[in-house]
Amino acid sequence: MTAAVGQQSATMAQALNRALRDAMAEDPAVHVLGEDVGALGGVFRITDGLAKEFGEDRCTDTPLAEAGILGSAVGMAMYGLRPVVEMQFDAFAYPALEQLVSHVAKMRNRTRGALPMPVTVRVPYGGGIGGVEHHSDSSEALYLATPGLQVVTPGTVADAYGLLRAAIASDDPVIFLEPKRLYWSKAAFSPEQPEPVPGIGTAVVRRPGSSATLITYGPSLPVCLEAAEAATAEGWDLEVIDLRSLMPLDEETVCASVRRTGRAVIVHEASGFGGPGGELAARIGERCFHYLQAPVLRVTGFDIPYPPPMLEKHHLPGVDRVLDAVARLQWESEWTEGSEGSGRGWPW
Amino acid sequence: MTVLEQPGSFRPSSPPPWQPRTDPAPLLPDAEPYRLLGTEAADELDPALLRRLYGQLVRGRRYNAQATALTRQGRLAVYPSSAGQEACQVAAALALEDRDWLFPSYRDTLAAVARGLDPVQALTLLRGDWHTGYDPRETRVAPLCTPLATQLPHAVGLAHAARLKGDEVVALAMVGDGGSSEGDFHEALNFAAVWRAPVVFLLQNNGFAISVPLSKQTAAPSFAHKAVGYGMPGRLVDGNDAPAVHRVLTEAVRRARTGGGPTLVEAITYRVEAHTNADDDKRYRSDAEVAAWRAHDPVALVERELTRRGLLDEDGIAAERQAAEELAADLRERMNREPLLDPMDLFTHVYAEQTSQLRAQAAQLRAELAAAEEAAAGAGAGTAAEHGVAGAGAGTAAEEGAR
Repeated sequence: MTAAVGQQSATMAQALNRALRDAMAEDPAVHVLGEDVGALGGVFRITDGLAKEFGEDRCTDTPLAEAGILGSAVGMAMYGLRPVVEMQFDAFAYPALEQLVSHVAKMRNRTRGALPMPVTVRVPYGGGIGGVEHHSDSSEALYLATPGLQVVTPGTVADAYGLLRAAIASDDPVIFLEPKRLYWSKAAFSPEQPEPVPGIGTAVVRRPGSSATLITYGPSLPVCLEAAEAATAEGWDLEVIDLRSLMPLDEETVCASVRRTGRAVIVHEASGFGGPGGELAARIGERCFHYLQAPVLRVTGFDIPYPPPMLEKHHLPGVDRVLDAVARLQWESEWTEGSEGSGRGWPW
Repeated sequence: MTVLEQPGSFRPSSPPPWQPRTDPAPLLPDAEPYRLLGTEAADELDPALLRRLYGQLVRGRRYNAQATALTRQGRLAVYPSSAGQEACQVAAALALEDRDWLFPSYRDTLAAVARGLDPVQALTLLRGDWHTGYDPRETRVAPLCTPLATQLPHAVGLAHAARLKGDEVVALAMVGDGGSSEGDFHEALNFAAVWRAPVVFLLQNNGFAISVPLSKQTAAPSFAHKAVGYGMPGRLVDGNDAPAVHRVLTEAVRRARTGGGPTLVEAITYRVEAHTNADDDKRYRSDAEVAAWRAHDPVALVERELTRRGLLDEDGIAAERQAAEELAADLRERMNREPLLDPMDLFTHVYAEQTSQLRAQAAQLRAELAAAEEAAAGAGAGTAAEHGVAGAGAGTAAEEGAR
């Protein structure tokens, strides 16, 4: 993901900032609120310059209280505003869970559509930045277990812009998970002509391949792309799917790929037990059983509280662990099928 | 350590000047709860207001009794009664203008009804039907809130948004003594004060959080005193004195509307009935305590005042009670009709647009319902077969369909 010559480039942080700025300029109902989002521009500078450009009533430093922030956003949405809330870090979003689960997620349903909740909750998430305790959680499973929420996460600079615009434009609440360790990743990006993101709920094939499918999202996307490159040395041509949206889940893109390759590995930082990978594996099993050449495998964070930063490299799914999983996809069954010459894809 | 090396140069340091951000004295509640009835000021009370309050109180009392009766008949799943607290409920409704918003808790359906909401619509949640039987935007009544105090930040956000838009809208949020211990109570009051949001917090101190008495809920001098810590005024009022509650709330609403910021009003009242129909209050309080509060009854207080001033006679009382009976009869009659719920509605409003997963689940339920209907029709045919009529096969076919 390097910038092409002659093109503008940006970091994911800059693309997110630009998305907020464009959304605020376009729609006066868009209000940003959170801790340190004003003069400081957020601890990750995602809201940099917004208070100055749009005033403190549009980009508001709130008291330090996440339930109060999200609860206020609910009231603002009830009055017709379109709040974008910043939770400073993944683990600092937990005090807001009651508001999220009991109100944000349920308000449309309980009022039979009278009070939709167009609220975007931005949550910097995931590890790999050397953060001390409470600064590296991957909490997506909590949100996915809550019907009524949409959960999206960008893996590229262009998607960071497009998905955030789509999230703010959505009339339903969106948990917008920002992979912290990709904040400073740089790529070609032209805000004047942003790449179209076909709405929330669409996965994308980042790398076509025929041997097996790596299914991933957010911070693990670059890991999987790197693994796929490395795998070519072993003769594996891996397809990489970036889910982008965990809810709604684009099962069609996933199933189409797995039916073609016959093998799948799901990669995410969140703990495996009760994690999104289990749901994906179940759905692949239900819908692609007769196409599978091997059990669906998962490469995830261990089922442990997020470790101290000095040990996090052992916890995070890395290229080697992904390749090990690919190697365990029962390739021997193919050799006995005598599928020589057909590569490592579908043997028939 | 430089200082020690040069003893002659030592100067004791002093911090930058400090002063309180706001003078706490005007924020403090009065030593006694504010009262009007039984004081000299009662003579000045507007007869029309007293009559209006009285009519609402009588109807409110009857509404509470009727709703509790409906739980015994299985027509309401549960009813947290506001019997004994009618003055707070009615005064809250009457203190608001049409454009203002009310944020009730589950015990505050009467406030919504006193505001003009159809009682049947106000009770959908407690009936076991869909949560909100009314349009909150049309009625300016937020959905009844069950997780305690979580509606308070909503009131703050809504009032804040209204002010940002230049609308002179006030939000009145209702909470209880138990709810004040929740974190959201603290966060909402703090946000409201910092933003100077046009919110009035009405805390009905009814003595109990289900069974837990005040002594185990707080060590504060009063709940109204808590306001001072947030930098907003705290007001104490006799919660069974309807004109007093109405006056304190009206002043707080006016203050909020004119940019003065939020107010916390503690109304001291008493829940004379059990927490809900499922509660047994004999386990945690004495009959004597309840009786003492029943003697300070909000309906009787206004009735006595009106009678004392010659503004109400036996006929007037009978007329108000008759109106209340009619309301109760209407409620009873309409609540005895089975509501029509469409099971397919389970999927209608989860999202603006159904996800593919929900579409699949909706299809599954639709098929189950169709099969059940077919089976029911088949069962009818089966009965016919038992009577020697042809068509014994119909039941089997329906069973096949049900699978």
